[in-house]
Amino acid sequence: MTTAFEPQELARIRAGFPILSRTVRDGKPLVYLDSGATSQRHAGALATMRAFDEEVNAAVHRGAHQLSEEATDAYEGARAKVAGFVGGAEDEVVFTKNATESLNLVAYAFSNSVAGQAKDPRLTLGEGDEILITEMEHHANLVPWQELARRTGATLRWIGVTDEGRLDLAGQHGPGLADLLTERTKVFAFTHVSNVLGTVNPVRELAEAARAVGALTVLDACQSAPHLPLDVADLGVDFAAFSGHKMYGPTGVGVLWGRGELLAAMPPFITGGSMIETVRMEATTYAAPPQRFEAGSPNAAQAVGLGAAVDWLGELGLDRVTAHEHALTEQLLAGLAERPWVRVVGPAEAVDRVGAVAFDVEGVHAHDVGQVLDDQGVAVRVGHHCAWPLHRRFGVTATTRASLAAYNTPQEVDAMLSALDRVPDIFGVAV
Amino acid sequence: MDLYQELILEHSKRPHHAGLRDGFDAEVHHVNPTCGDEVTLRVHVDGEGDDAVIRDVSYDALGCSISMASASVLADEVIGHTVAEALTTHEAMRAMLTSKGADPGDEDVIGDGVAFAGVSKYPARVKCALLGWMAFTDALHQAGVTSVSKEEAAR
Repeated sequence: MTTAFEPQELARIRAGFPILSRTVRDGKPLVYLDSGATSQRHAGALATMRAFDEEVNAAVHRGAHQLSEEATDAYEGARAKVAGFVGGAEDEVVFTKNATESLNLVAYAFSNSVAGQAKDPRLTLGEGDEILITEMEHHANLVPWQELARRTGATLRWIGVTDEGRLDLAGQHGPGLADLLTERTKVFAFTHVSNVLGTVNPVRELAEAARAVGALTVLDACQSAPHLPLDVADLGVDFAAFSGHKMYGPTGVGVLWGRGELLAAMPPFITGGSMIETVRMEATTYAAPPQRFEAGSPNAAQAVGLGAAVDWLGELGLDRVTAHEHALTEQLLAGLAERPWVRVVGPAEAVDRVGAVAFDVEGVHAHDVGQVLDDQGVAVRVGHHCAWPLHRRFGVTATTRASLAAYNTPQEVDAMLSALDRVPDIFGVAV
Repeated sequence: MDLYQELILEHSKRPHHAGLRDGFDAEVHHVNPTCGDEVTLRVHVDGEGDDAVIRDVSYDALGCSISMASASVLADEVIGHTVAEALTTHEAMRAMLTSKGADPGDEDVIGDGVAFAGVSKYPARVKCALLGWMAFTDALHQAGVTSVSKEEAAR
């Protein structure tokens, strides 16, 4: 059985993140439980980026000099690493600036197709067609589809969420999967893991159901890529999007993985240099993927940094990371369950669930909870976490979210729980 | 924590002048998009221009202790005052809140508002304390009784 990290292993992991040893708020040790928003960057990724800039920096895919060759090799090497990380082919990996851009890239492929840039019927949307999403989506996998529906006349539909915080596939509270995923559905976009609830969705089952009705699937893998082994072929989705900065890499680089044959059928999103085949004053033809989707100068150093982060994660072993975070999640959920004034929003048990744990303290606003934790050095996220409709579903404006990563320790979970105990004292809530 | 003064906690638990009341000249709805906090606020004024008297401020707020308490103190400090006086109070509150701890606030001008001096050291919370005030100045503008420009009201 795969086990959590031993204290010595954990100390070694933490040594790769010097920021974790700093203090905040007048000398209190930092307890960083906000990796769901952005993780800390691994020292290997930072060193790789610096070495790229100091030693090989040049325009990638341009120029005939040695630096340009080396920069291109580093950039394409990072692409190969990311492809290996998700189980895809190299030319199926598109570097973007973040996952939001990746998701927009796919959404715009549909409306650009309507505008006549491509003729593939799978990418052609109009009145009578449907786009299916879920109520637990991050705004990044919600607003682009709303906008696509508005531009094309297609109808946006969504799967609800149960009280426990799972997708309401059986239709307990409204229409279920069988009613929502039909021949009319052209695209089904859903998250692998909810950034609020921590719920892990049954991706294989959903992708198979979509395939049966001929709908394309778009997976938001932002909250799974750093925590669970990710194999796009095994999951059976058509697209997957994730961000470098949530998986120990830098900001400024995101990934879209797409099935090669589909990427080849897609029109470009952003146009300009680097993505062309031939340009005449009258018209332009486009390069093959992935270059077709990488217009302009890329964030090369960041992509190379992500490659290093992925290498590090691979060496660490995603199965070990999963096991480690699972143990911490159980500890955190058990601690919260002992506090009757706390209501966890999301599954109460650590089953098909990762360590993004959102909760509500009865009678105290999340901003105030977060402030009390911050005063004791504990960094969490407060607010709607870019999932406003989901919060509305649970009748709350905002929640406090602790989110765990590979470098967190059982002592940090305890520190967070004790810090939380100050909240009822300060705000006079009956315990 | 110096942020949570007793006065703030008191106001947030038992907000003064809370609830929406009839007989108003303007109603506005303001939202803090980062946290989803909301306030619906109504003003009832008598007279014209800066000399108009604020007869009532009623509101329905959903938010953290800072934003709730701020709305409560706002109502306390402006009801019964002229628009000119209310705008002076607003300006003094805003100056204190955005001073990063340098301006302790003048109790003669902002009353219980001085309890919010600690907020200015927490940049992420300044918006919470200003939400009600932004709604208020916007409402005055919409009621047409103030020389406050739309830009100032939105600031």
